Amino acid sequence: MSVVHTAGPPATSDARTLHGAGALDMPEPDHRLDRVSQHPIFQTLVQERNRYAWVLTGLMLFVYFGFIGLIAFDKALLATKVGGTASLGFYMGMFVIVFAFILTGIYVARANTRFDRLSADLARSLAK
Amino acid sequence: MIRLLSLLAAGLALGAAPALAAGPDLGQVQQSATNWPAIGMFLFFVLFTLGITYRAAKGSKSAADFYAAGGGISAGTNSLAIAGDYMSAASFLGISGLVYTSGFDGLIYSTGFLVGWPIVLFLIAERLRNLGKFTFADVASFRLDQTSIRIISATGTLVVVAFYLIAQMVGAGKLIQLLFGLPYLYAVVLVGALMIIYVAFGGMKATTWVQVIKACLLLGGATFMAGAVLYRYGFSPEKLFATAVQTHPKGDSIMAPGGLVTNPIDSISLGVGLMFGTAGLPHILMRFFTVSDAQAARKSVFYATGLIGYFYILTFIIGFGGIALLMSDPSYFKLGADGTTYDKIKDMIGGTNMVAVNLANAIGGPYFLGFISAVAFATILAVVAGLTLAGASAISHDLYAQVFARGRTTEKAEVNLSKASAVGIGIVAIVLGYIFENQNVAFMVGLAFSVAASCNFPVLAMSILWRGTTTWGALIGGLVGLVAAVTMVVLSDAVWVKTFGHPVALFPYANPALFSMPLAFVTIWVVSTIDRTRRGNRERAAFDAQYVRSETGIGAAEAHAH
Repeated sequence: MSVVHTAGPPATSDARTLHGAGALDMPEPDHRLDRVSQHPIFQTLVQERNRYAWVLTGLMLFVYFGFIGLIAFDKALLATKVGGTASLGFYMGMFVIVFAFILTGIYVARANTRFDRLSADLARSLAK
Repeated sequence: MIRLLSLLAAGLALGAAPALAAGPDLGQVQQSATNWPAIGMFLFFVLFTLGITYRAAKGSKSAADFYAAGGGISAGTNSLAIAGDYMSAASFLGISGLVYTSGFDGLIYSTGFLVGWPIVLFLIAERLRNLGKFTFADVASFRLDQTSIRIISATGTLVVVAFYLIAQMVGAGKLIQLLFGLPYLYAVVLVGALMIIYVAFGGMKATTWVQVIKACLLLGGATFMAGAVLYRYGFSPEKLFATAVQTHPKGDSIMAPGGLVTNPIDSISLGVGLMFGTAGLPHILMRFFTVSDAQAARKSVFYATGLIGYFYILTFIIGFGGIALLMSDPSYFKLGADGTTYDKIKDMIGGTNMVAVNLANAIGGPYFLGFISAVAFATILAVVAGLTLAGASAISHDLYAQVFARGRTTEKAEVNLSKASAVGIGIVAIVLGYIFENQNVAFMVGLAFSVAASCNFPVLAMSILWRGTTTWGALIGGLVGLVAAVTMVVLSDAVWVKTFGHPVALFPYANPALFSMPLAFVTIWVVSTIDRTRRGNRERAAFDAQYVRSETGIGAAEAHAH
């Protein structure tokens, strides 16, 4: 993490004071930011969460485009009967819907416990 | 998307259909007989929501109240509002109609609409809440040049809103003509006037509650319908499918992928547009600023994903219920010259978009039919209100306050301008809805998703996630994505051939997102990389501050509740 001295482009800073969500909304002075970005808990939090989020994103992309890919390239496979009338494609479509929901659930469960605890630890540690 | 909407438009174009509940002998009637139970229930909805708007207006004073409902919306409420924004009439009537016509193919849309949500959750939602205040342009311009980034974000927003709104207005007019027996122009004016009232007086608070009530009504009604269908088949989907396959003229092939997406590239491009378009829809992104913090934003996406997924499973059951219960009943069809034969798909009264509505009659009689009709109208109303608010915010908060006034304005002036913009957008929407009455607007929602995926999403994602992004990169990349998406749709079959009457489409696919979205990302990357200006260097250096805040919420705008 490099050292941050400017909180935002000074040329537009006047535009930020009234409304914008610009960097001037940030009450902390620069050295505090630096303390945060160098903080070991912050680095653990960010690394873990980003890895988690990108892996789950990858899974979602793989499953959905796998499904679309089969529709595009192998319609016959999806037409295969499973049990009685319902086809493999039907079950896969339902699976994609349920899978999307479960993935969001997995992320939220992890975030509610691990990531929120790390954030709280970080806030406590910075308050000292 | 395009095909779905063309089904919707094609169905609605048959507005000259007889009354829904009436027998086939009515023949060609210009507009359906006045449907009193539906009108009564709808009036009740309107009065109730106007009451909410009145209360919201009394409590809305600051800009935070107007744009973000004071930041005091709970995760559960927000998830219903998000789901409500997403469960448009096109989803409910269009997808159940699509399942009715082609069975399995309806699932392609259901899954595509849903899978954008996990992406929103993993990459966007919490960071958006931590960085922004009222609009997604707040986030994209966090460390970049206010003027340029707000111009490109507001343009992307307004283009998405305009196309989405026209499609909804035209659909609303036709649908109301069909459901309530009101003339087209009255219907469009009524929708426009109500959405102006909700947005201009009640702001985000009223818009959110209208959306929440409608979501509950729609989910409740759809649950009852799907439950009643399954009840008839002993809660065995297998029996339902078996009956459907026996009844449907396409027989067993409705359980397999059919002709909806014949071209592999097109189906993947459709998927890209649906998936990433969701993450760039301005009226959806705005909802993340109505909750108190990143935790609440995260939970609302989780619940919303569940609600939306559940809803799409219901529409699938409703579509199959339509096949099983309606197809062999001649009273739902216009009969041929001999009085007994009918085409099970083409001759459905009101077109295949009326499957859910006709099924409501078959299951619950005229009063449930009235209820579902009223819910369909409420759905359109709530969605156009959300779109209008997003458009008005882009005009007042992004363009006026930051670009024209350069921040030298008061909160009061900004909110007043936003209210005036809502009135303006409403009037423009009424006029456009009237002009486009007999035009093919089917491609417009598809175009809105494509622009959202090719302009709003790349600008937002790159400015949050990549240190190297500079103003020049985001501005030019967003512009390239926007122009590419619009141009490709204009040159495609839906517009170039069907609207302009040229013999051959110059762009071979219906969905541009597979090409236009990567083009936007690559342009942002290339331009940012070669950008050696001092401003560019400053912006890259400012990434660290943005990064800390986006990841932790330290310094984020507090809950705006008083």
